[in-house]
Amino acid sequence: MHVINFIPHISTISVKVGVIVFPGSNCDRDMYHVLTDVFNLSAQYIWHEKRLPKNIDAVVLPGGFSYGDRLRAGVIAAHSPIISDVKKLAKKGIPILGVCNGFQILVESGLLPGVLLKNDSLNFMCEWINLIVKNNTTPFTNKLELNQKIPIPIANGEGRYFVDEHMAKKLKKKNQIVFSYENYVNGSMEKIAGVCNEDGNVVGMMPHPERATEKEINPNDNKPSTLIFESLIQSIGAKN
Amino acid sequence: MSLQEHETRHIKNTLKRKLTKTELQILAAEWSEHCSYKSSKKHLRMLPTTGPKVINEKGYDSGVLDVGDGYVVTVHIESHNHPSAVEPFGGAATGVGGVIRDILSAGTRPIAIFDGLRFGDIKNDSHAKWLFKNAVTGIADYGNCLGIPTIGGEVEFDKCYKNYALVDVAAVGFGRKEKLIKNHARTGDLVVLIGGSTGRDGIGGSQFASDSLESEDRSAVQIPDPFIEKLIIEAILEARNEKCINAMKDLGGGGLSCAISETAESLGIGIELDVDNVHTREPGLFPDEVIISESQERMLVITNKKKIKKLKKICDKFRIKHSVIGHVKNDKMMHVKKGKRTLALLPVDFVACAPLLDRKKSRPKYLQKIKTTKKTKDISNYSKTILELLSCPNISSKHWVFHQYDHEVGIRTVVKPGFDASVLRLDNGKFLSVKIDGNPKHCYLNPRDGAIGCFEEACRNVVCTGATPIGMVDHLQFGSPEDPEIFWTFMESLEGLTEFAKFLKIPCVGGKVSFYNETPLGPIKPTPLIGVLGIINKTPLHPTPPKSGDYMVIIGNTKNELGGSEYFEYIHNFIGGICPTVDFKNSKSNMSSVLLLIKQGLIRSVHDCSKGGLSIALSEVSIFGNIGCIIDITKVPSEKTLDSEKLLFSETHSRYLLTVSLENINKVKEILSKNKNSFGVLGQFTSDQIIVKYKTKLLIKINVDKAQRKYFNTLKEILDNG
Repeated sequence: MHVINFIPHISTISVKVGVIVFPGSNCDRDMYHVLTDVFNLSAQYIWHEKRLPKNIDAVVLPGGFSYGDRLRAGVIAAHSPIISDVKKLAKKGIPILGVCNGFQILVESGLLPGVLLKNDSLNFMCEWINLIVKNNTTPFTNKLELNQKIPIPIANGEGRYFVDEHMAKKLKKKNQIVFSYENYVNGSMEKIAGVCNEDGNVVGMMPHPERATEKEINPNDNKPSTLIFESLIQSIGAKN
Repeated sequence: MSLQEHETRHIKNTLKRKLTKTELQILAAEWSEHCSYKSSKKHLRMLPTTGPKVINEKGYDSGVLDVGDGYVVTVHIESHNHPSAVEPFGGAATGVGGVIRDILSAGTRPIAIFDGLRFGDIKNDSHAKWLFKNAVTGIADYGNCLGIPTIGGEVEFDKCYKNYALVDVAAVGFGRKEKLIKNHARTGDLVVLIGGSTGRDGIGGSQFASDSLESEDRSAVQIPDPFIEKLIIEAILEARNEKCINAMKDLGGGGLSCAISETAESLGIGIELDVDNVHTREPGLFPDEVIISESQERMLVITNKKKIKKLKKICDKFRIKHSVIGHVKNDKMMHVKKGKRTLALLPVDFVACAPLLDRKKSRPKYLQKIKTTKKTKDISNYSKTILELLSCPNISSKHWVFHQYDHEVGIRTVVKPGFDASVLRLDNGKFLSVKIDGNPKHCYLNPRDGAIGCFEEACRNVVCTGATPIGMVDHLQFGSPEDPEIFWTFMESLEGLTEFAKFLKIPCVGGKVSFYNETPLGPIKPTPLIGVLGIINKTPLHPTPPKSGDYMVIIGNTKNELGGSEYFEYIHNFIGGICPTVDFKNSKSNMSSVLLLIKQGLIRSVHDCSKGGLSIALSEVSIFGNIGCIIDITKVPSEKTLDSEKLLFSETHSRYLLTVSLENINKVKEILSKNKNSFGVLGQFTSDQIIVKYKTKLLIKINVDKAQRKYFNTLKEILDNG
C-alpha cells in the first residue's frame, strides 16, 4: 500500500511496539501496517498466549471481535495469559493503547475505569465523526492541541461509555477523559470516546486512529490522526 | 428426498444394482438443482470465461483474475434465498459465510463483501420489513465479526418478492499469485475436515433450496458462527503460508457428500472416509446425517502424512477442531464407511455429474398482455413528483443499511459505499472498483434487454470511478425451471449476457444459478444480478462535490424508454412500457470517452444515470454536493424529440452525468465531439435550489436541503414505524 510522507524526529525504527493478537482480533493487521509502513516503527504481532518481550516500548490492543464478543465484548480476552504482562507494563508506565475492542478489553481487565454498553441505536454503527481532544498530556495526545478536532471513523456495536456519577466526577478531576465526541453519537456519558488511567499511560478509545492516518482512505483531514502516533514517538523519544 | 424418476432410471441402468440408503442420500443432495446445475449447466457454457487476465485452475470455487505485479483478485457470488425467507438473520449470515469460504479455498484472503437484497413492499408489508431488518443485521453481525468490510451492494423492494427474500452475497479476495492453492492429491494423502463440528442443522438444505418454498423448514437453515469462521480464515491462511495444503474445498450445499465427490472428481482421485472420524456437535448422529449435514464453517483439506503435524499444530493454535476423516485412493470411487461397514461405494464422476436436462422453453404469455404505452396524466407539479421519487424506498439513500456494516476495516476502502461503485486500494498501488446491479422491473418486461442493462449499469458504475472493467460474475435467479415460460426468460437473460460479454470482451469468471424462487403468489420476476470488477492503474475518481459555476454535462442519448421505470411503477403503479435497450456500440464508445476524460483529469466527478432517470441522477449530484443547479432539459440529446416526462424519467442506459469546471469545459466538448459521442451541456451548478427548465418554462424548483431530507430520511422513517 501507499505510504504517506512522514519525517521521523528520532530513529523510529528502534521503537518496538507490540500488537497483541487475540482470537478474533481483526484490526491487528491494519494497526501493524500503520505502525510499520506509515510511521516506520518496529511493530511485532504477539499472540495472546505468549509473553510480552521485556524491552518493548509500547503496546497496542487492536480492534476486532475477540472471542466473537461472546458473553460481553472484551470480557474473555481480559482473562488471556498476556493480560498479566500488560498489567505489569502498565504499572511501569509503558504507553498502552486500546482501540475499540482493545479499549473494551482494557476496561474489562480493570486497567481502565467504566464499561462499554450497547449503542443506544441498538445497532452497529460505522460512521466518520469528530473527536475533541480533552487531555493532551498522555503519550498518545501530547502533540495535539487541547480541544483539537480529529475526524476519525467509529465502528462498533458496544461503544456507549458509562460510569457512575461518583466515578464520572473523579474522571474529570483527575483529567482522565482523553477524547469526547463533538456531537451526540451513541449515548455515551458526557460524550466520552476515550479515557486513560490515573497515570495517563494507558489510553483506551473507541474510534480507529489506524483508519484515519492515511490521506488515501481519509475523506477529511488525516493530519490530526497522525499526531496520535507522532505523540507516541515523541513520548518514547523523550524518554530515551 | 428429491430424486426424480428419470434419475432413478439412470442410476439403475448405470450401476445395475440397488443403492444403499446412504448412497441415495448422497445422490439426492448432489443431484439437487442447487448442487448439480442440471437445468442450466449445458447452457452456461455459452458464456465467455477466458481472457488474458483469467487464471483457471481445477477445483476453484471462485474466479481468479491476474491484476499484475504478482497479485491476483478472486471473486465469487452466491445467494441464500430460501433460508433467508424463512430465517432471515441466520440465512443471510450463513450466506456471507459460504461465499467467504469459496474465496478462502483458492488460497486468497477475503477483502470485501457486497450484498444485493430484495424484499416485498417495505412500505406496507410488515413481514417484508421484518425480513429486511433481520437480513441486514445478519449480514452485519457476520461480516463485521470477520473483519471483512461490506462495501457495497443494492437494496430493492418489489411486490413480486412478497413473503420471500433474495439475499445475494458477492465476495472479493486478494493475494499473491504464487500462494494460490494448486489443487492436487496423491494416493495415500490425508483428507482432513477442519472447523465447526457437524450437527443436525442444514440437513437437506440444498434440496430445500431446489424446491418451491412451501413449508417453513427452519431445521434446513444453518446456524451461523462468525467467530469460528474468523479462526478458520486465519488458520487456513497460516497453513497456506506453511505449505500444508495440497488441495482445499469449502463445505457448502450438500455438505460432505458434495465436497468429497466434487473434489475427487476434479482431481481424478478416489476418497475413502469413515463417518466415525468426523467430529460432531452431538452424539447419536446417523451416518446419513453426517454425510449431508450443511453445518457451517467447515473446510475440507487434503494434505500428506508429512505435513499433517504442522497442520494440526496450526489448528491447535487457533483451537479449531479438526479430524482426519479419510485418505486419497486411486480408484476414482467415493467410499463411505462406518468402522468396517461400507455405507456407500460410488464412482465419483457418477456422483458429481448428474444427468443433465433439456428443459423446454416457450415465450411467456404475460409478455403479450403487457401494454407498451401508457397515457399518463400531464404532470402538473414536477417538483412534487421528484420529491416523491426521492423518497421511494428503491431510490432513497441506503445509509441505514450500510452504516451497520463495517466498511472501513482492512483500511483499503478508498471510495466508500453510497455512491456509484466502491473502490479498494490494492498492495501493488492499483485500485479495484466493484459494483453489483440487478433490475427485475426491466427484466420482467424484457429478460434479454433487462439483463444486458444490469450488466451495462454495473459497468457504468465502475467506469464512473475511472476503472476499466476486467471481469464479471452473474447470479441468475428465476422461478421454477420446470415451467417452460420461466425457462425461456432464463435463456433470454443468459443469451443477452453472453452477447454483451463477448462484445465488450469481459470474461465471466464466476456465477451461480438459483431456480425455484417461488413465492405463494407465484414466481419472482426474473432477477439476474451482475457484478463487475474494474481496475484503476493510477488514481480513482472520487465523488467530488461540484463547485459553483461548474457545468453539468450529459453523455448519451435519451430515448423513449419509460418501461419498468421507477416513475411508471412507483408514481403511476403501472407495469409496462418499453424496456430500455443497450446500444452496444454507443455503450462502448461512451464508456471509453468517460474513461479518457477521467484519465486526462478533465472532469471533477461523474455519476451514472439509472433508476429514476435524469431527474434523480441530477438531484443526487446536488444532494451529495450540497449545491443547487439551473439546467435546461431541451439540451438533453435524443434521437427524436421527446417531451419533458420522457427526458426526465426515462431510464435509458449508457448515460453519464458529468461535473466539469469552467476551465475544462471546452476541452471536454472538443473530445466528445471528436469521439462522436452524443452529449449536451445542460446548465450550471449554483446556489441552493435544483431548478429545471424546458426552454423558458420552469418545471422544477426544489430546495436542496428539502431534497436531502427526503433522500436521506425516508428509509429510516419507514423502518422506525414498526
